[in-house]
Amino acid sequence: MSLIIDSLSKRFGTFAALNGASLTAPQGAFVALLGPSGSGKTTLLRILGGLEAADGGSIRFADMNWLDMPARERKAGFVFQHYALFRHMSVAKNIAFGLEVRPRSKRPPRAEIKARVEELLSMMQLEGLGKRFPSQLSGGQRQRVALARALAIEPRMLLLDEPFGALDAKVRKELRLWLRHIHDKAGVTTIFVTHDQEEAFAVADLVAVMNQGRIEQMGTPQDVRRDPHTKFVSEFLSA
Amino acid sequence: MKRFRPATDDPPLMRLFLGAAAILFMLLFLVLPLLVVFSEALNKGLGPALVILSDADSLSAIKVSLVTAAIAVPLNTVFGIAAAWAITKFEFRGKAFLVTLIDLPFSISPVVAGLIYVLVFGRQGWLGPWLLDHDVRILFALPGIVLATTFVTFPFVARELIPLMADQGRDEEEAALSLGASGFAIFRRVTLPNIKWGLLYGVLLCNARALGEFGAVSVVSGHIRGKTNTMPLHVELLYNNYDYVGAFSVAALLALLALVTLALKSFLEWHYADELATVHRH
Repeated sequence: MSLIIDSLSKRFGTFAALNGASLTAPQGAFVALLGPSGSGKTTLLRILGGLEAADGGSIRFADMNWLDMPARERKAGFVFQHYALFRHMSVAKNIAFGLEVRPRSKRPPRAEIKARVEELLSMMQLEGLGKRFPSQLSGGQRQRVALARALAIEPRMLLLDEPFGALDAKVRKELRLWLRHIHDKAGVTTIFVTHDQEEAFAVADLVAVMNQGRIEQMGTPQDVRRDPHTKFVSEFLSA
Repeated sequence: MKRFRPATDDPPLMRLFLGAAAILFMLLFLVLPLLVVFSEALNKGLGPALVILSDADSLSAIKVSLVTAAIAVPLNTVFGIAAAWAITKFEFRGKAFLVTLIDLPFSISPVVAGLIYVLVFGRQGWLGPWLLDHDVRILFALPGIVLATTFVTFPFVARELIPLMADQGRDEEEAALSLGASGFAIFRRVTLPNIKWGLLYGVLLCNARALGEFGAVSVVSGHIRGKTNTMPLHVELLYNNYDYVGAFSVAALLALLALVTLALKSFLEWHYADELATVHRH
């Protein structure tokens, strides 16, 4: 019952975005993918989410052949850097989306969806904002809506692509603590992409340092910091 | 004491001149001709104009034009959405070529577009003999008019949607996919609501051109009175027969249809101003 990524590769034209990336993480872990831009972390995340197809390699998750599963059946809650909220829908509609698009046989009754939305709004400290539109919210509020929307489908995996990248330092700090809290409460395996090592070390159980399409080193924040295995890792961490 | 002027302001005289020039130009080149059309149509009063409009040939021309638009506009709406969707949401080989192809009807003369259909479907054309054998009439009949109109009006919807959809990116569609929505659900619940204003605008423009197209239709229609004449062709026919009241009456009706279309668009924009604002501010 864990996430096993084995020698994943992906090319965009002549550029090798992923070049044999492998990592293993226990179910329910909070993993940070840390690395400079162009190191392949976002590509890896998008492949996990089914938004990109891998050229080679395999992913097993909770004893499922993850790559063979269509994106829409994976239940991988994806949170984007620029929120990607549905701009023409209210906050409540945004959060309910994943439940409302389910086939009739699997769709919860209307009242249940409504209750779930209310529950998520209060969990995200967004009470009373359900009727607003995304354009009427602050950046921090928008990202919390995006997180609520991803959690509404009871995801098997939560994937966050630089979720706080567009926010100011103070809000970033607040949100990352709070994200950790949400993760602990929901217990869902979380993969978090960032280029900010302070952020990675502050929230994650496991940090995977990426470089040129590979995982250079993976371990607990303490281990990675105390004992960098390669020159790249020590240089990147001291930068 | 010297009064300071904000740096961004032009001298008052200049502003007055520019404003007056713009308004004068519009009056002269847009409003005046339109007024002339209506005044010529009503030259001898409303009665004669209505008599012309209700004769069999005029009614037939109106019908041919409306039927043509009713077929060409929905077709181009579907084509336009499909093309814009493919171009903006996916990467594939030959995309640049497809974009160029969409512009083709804009860049070649409508007469040439009409001639292409003559070459393909005409008696001496590629498919001509086969069509003749099977008694299928395309040229000098409604199908030819619809084809030529569809060709000429193809870019309107696609051209309107491509920049809009490119600007919106794929993020929302990807979010919807990860939330478990099917392709159709993504289109209906996410893509379509985001493009509906651009789409409406494209459809209205497409409709205006479909009703007004002259060149391409003129080549393929055959000008059969009461059968294959469209409204613009009928205007020309009446005009060439020195029936000025008739020509201007049909022209006025055509202009009126365009004005109604514009008014409809303005009304919708005004009615949904709030919604437009929230969507665009994002």
